[in-house]
Amino acid sequence: MALYRALLRLYPASFRAEYGDEMGAIFARRRRDATGMLQTLAVWGEALVDVAVNAGRAHGDILRQDLAFTARTLRRSPGFALTATAVAALGIGATTAAFSITDHVLFRPLPFVQPDRLVRLWQDQGGYGHTELSPANYRDWKRMSQSFEEMGAFGGQAFNLAGGGEPERVEGQWLTVEVFRVLGVRPVLGRTFGPDDGAPGAPATMVLSHGLWQSRFGGEASVLGRPVLVDGAPHVVIGVMPPSFHFPNRDAELWISKRFVDADFADRHDTYVYGVARLKNDVSLEQARAEMRLVAARLERAFPNENARTGATVDRLRDGLSPQARLLPLALLGAAACVLLIACTNLTNLLLVRAMVRRKELAVRTALGAGRERLVRQLLTESLLLAVAGGALGVLIAASAVPVLARLVPQSLPIAETPPVDFRILAFALVLTAATGIAFGVLPALRTVGQAGVSGMQEGSRGGVGGRRERARSVLVVAVVTTSVVLLVCCGLLLRALWRVQTVDPGFRADGVLTLRTALPLPRYEITARRAQFYARVLSDVRALPGVSDAAYVSGLPMVMRGGLWAAVIPGETHEPGAQPKAALRFATPGFFAALGIPLRSGRDLRDSDSREAPFVAVVSESFARRHWPGQDPIGHSFQFGLADRTVVGVVGDVRVRGLERASEPQVYLSHQQVADSSIIGYTPKDLAIRAAGDPRALLPSVRAIIHRADPQQPISDVRLLSDIVEGETAPRRIQVRVLAAFAAVALLLAAVGLHGLLSFAVSSRAQEIGVRIALGARSAHILSMVLREALQMAAVGLMLGLVLAYTAGRGMEALLAGVRPADAATLLAATGLSAFMTLAGSLLPAVRAMHVNPIEVMRSE
Amino acid sequence: MESVSDKDAGVEDLLPLSAATFHILMALAEGDRHGYGIIQDVAASTDGSLKLSTGTLYRSIQRMLEQGLIVETRERPAPDQDDERRRYYRITPFGTAVARAEARRLTQLVRLARASGFAPGKA
Repeated sequence: MALYRALLRLYPASFRAEYGDEMGAIFARRRRDATGMLQTLAVWGEALVDVAVNAGRAHGDILRQDLAFTARTLRRSPGFALTATAVAALGIGATTAAFSITDHVLFRPLPFVQPDRLVRLWQDQGGYGHTELSPANYRDWKRMSQSFEEMGAFGGQAFNLAGGGEPERVEGQWLTVEVFRVLGVRPVLGRTFGPDDGAPGAPATMVLSHGLWQSRFGGEASVLGRPVLVDGAPHVVIGVMPPSFHFPNRDAELWISKRFVDADFADRHDTYVYGVARLKNDVSLEQARAEMRLVAARLERAFPNENARTGATVDRLRDGLSPQARLLPLALLGAAACVLLIACTNLTNLLLVRAMVRRKELAVRTALGAGRERLVRQLLTESLLLAVAGGALGVLIAASAVPVLARLVPQSLPIAETPPVDFRILAFALVLTAATGIAFGVLPALRTVGQAGVSGMQEGSRGGVGGRRERARSVLVVAVVTTSVVLLVCCGLLLRALWRVQTVDPGFRADGVLTLRTALPLPRYEITARRAQFYARVLSDVRALPGVSDAAYVSGLPMVMRGGLWAAVIPGETHEPGAQPKAALRFATPGFFAALGIPLRSGRDLRDSDSREAPFVAVVSESFARRHWPGQDPIGHSFQFGLADRTVVGVVGDVRVRGLERASEPQVYLSHQQVADSSIIGYTPKDLAIRAAGDPRALLPSVRAIIHRADPQQPISDVRLLSDIVEGETAPRRIQVRVLAAFAAVALLLAAVGLHGLLSFAVSSRAQEIGVRIALGARSAHILSMVLREALQMAAVGLMLGLVLAYTAGRGMEALLAGVRPADAATLLAATGLSAFMTLAGSLLPAVRAMHVNPIEVMRSE
Repeated sequence: MESVSDKDAGVEDLLPLSAATFHILMALAEGDRHGYGIIQDVAASTDGSLKLSTGTLYRSIQRMLEQGLIVETRERPAPDQDDERRRYYRITPFGTAVARAEARRLTQLVRLARASGFAPGKA
């Protein structure tokens, strides 16, 4: 019998209370009537089936009733319904959008086969951090290690595509044939690289991205087998990858096969190879790391000079993120969670007020016999219904916000820019919605039902004034203020960081400079003199254009080409192996410093007469001069750099080559003519910078025509203003600030609304007391201060808590702050000021209403 | 608790009745019954082909009470037959009207079925 009683617990409590005894009696009687084991079993079986079927249906009956009832009551108060839905939608929408980014960047498995087995390999230069591999080390690591099923190498490169349409510059990658096997992704068309691709004598082959296939080849299957000119050499298209395939990042649009030749293995210093591998199924990441440490140690013993202090690092492909890139989505999610918390708190408040208004109705229903459980159910149904409406709207908000937030998705991962809004995200939104509905509904429901006793029906009763209930609502308002302060401070800190970065002097004047790229293809331009002819022709025509003051070519513009370091050997200096001082090498044409507005400190610019026949010269940056010839005039000193001895002829200002937020190595500029044919070919000048009066973009058609005249097959790419390049440095920061500012604004608004709601309610329920005070001669100022004091007390508590939490949050995101301290006084002051403003704005109306309470009226109404 | 009562609803709004509801009404037409009595009555009158489970019975009763088809009665049969725990139910005039309407509907249906030759008897 006890077992049957337990089974009945599956029914709704109200149903059980009503019919449980009857059902128990009937069951008992049936068991009595049953004769024999078999019949008893049958009775039990029937009972089980009966409960299983009807308990669920009984819950459904109640839900249907509650929903119908809720829909009716909400229709009667559309203002409440709309406000609550909108608040819930904001909270759920913000959190869902933030989650879709965080999930995309940090958690979602990469779109490869068994992605958790994929690792990246790096050389570890003691003290210098991760670097690329030299081909020789790659070859030896592959040969000497046992941990990996397969290992491959790749490298980034931009290619000139010609044939069939305008010549075009496309980002691509060269891959060794193992790489596609490592990743385990199948093409949508054709095949990927097999063992014969890239073999000596075999035709060069390439694989297209889905995007390039669509845009340049019209998505035609006939593209397979077609030869396409890549950097002037024919490559046969053998396959097309699916749209979701990105490797190693979303820039790459084509992949060509590569095989190392003996010459590639000659120089272990020359590190430019990226390694990727798949762990064997029974090998853990730690085991692979341990093995690679041994392999690197053996190689260091074998090549004590080249491989001095060279270790091997193995990281998961998923983890290829800087700490900043990792922190950002988390900060975003944190901010969204704050908004959701505020939304829930406000909804709780709204429901409490509403329950207060409905307390007589609820008391009547209690008196009529509706059990506590039915009332709680009814109220929770209401909050869940509101949450579901808000959730649906919130998903729409999220879907439209995600493309904006997508700009926060870092470049360095093999994933698409825009995260998908798919089942996973919808499931998250659903769980979030349910949690939200329960979170903001449960407290009001329990409190209301707890108090909806007889007292509710007494005429003039004031449930909710003073005492416990008032305190609960004050706690809610304090929580909202606290959260909004945290958001405000975080937003302020990021804003300060943005300003700080924006005021960093890049070392050049970015205004009024048009830049574009003409990457000269090899082998056509491997002869230095042939390139010089091209530059001379383009530059002299460009300089003749109206408004142009300077124009020049350089290997790579600052903040575009960020690395490019070469070891500098200074006579008289000795360094340990692996600790050779390095500087950024750039070949330039004369006029580069004037075109970029880099100040010439002493000596002279590069000249046309600095040819291969003349003495080899160099212009160095101030930090280079300071580092190597402190206290001396650097002009006239010689050093070995870029495969030759060079003499310093000029000193220029330092430039932030690596971007505004990173320290840059010293720079050395060499004459574009002073390099052997086919030597240091990756540094061939390709970026054209034109300084002009007025809008330099107006020059573009003429510049295109000039380049076309100089070489009709030469594509032009990366047309940008130099100022846009510099601005691009702070773009992610600006988005961060904007998103956080939006969140903070919503939070402030909701906090003001919450405060307003609480005070309004307090004032109207204390109208009698206020009326008495006024009747007894209290002045308006006194009444005003009475109301405001309450508001300020709550705001002050919220502010204090908020500042403490904000400091903690600020410490957590220090990596994003560009040196701004988490306890930045200006930010804290501004946040305090804004909170004070918000408090006043929220309490103004209730305070004014309190002053205008009419004592006669309130006394009469009692 | 404000019920989602359909007392004001017309007779037609409740048609067609579920089999359980109709049988319960028919059982109550003969006099007040308690729950177990209804189950036994229905089983007897259908030769055991319809056995109401307790869950189905009381879910139906709950709904029928809300719809005003039946009421719980305070008049009990003679004390010696009464089991105190039992609640007795009685059909209301509205319940009678609904049951009649359902019977009319079914008769109509059978007439149509005869006309199309699905059922024996005169069309």
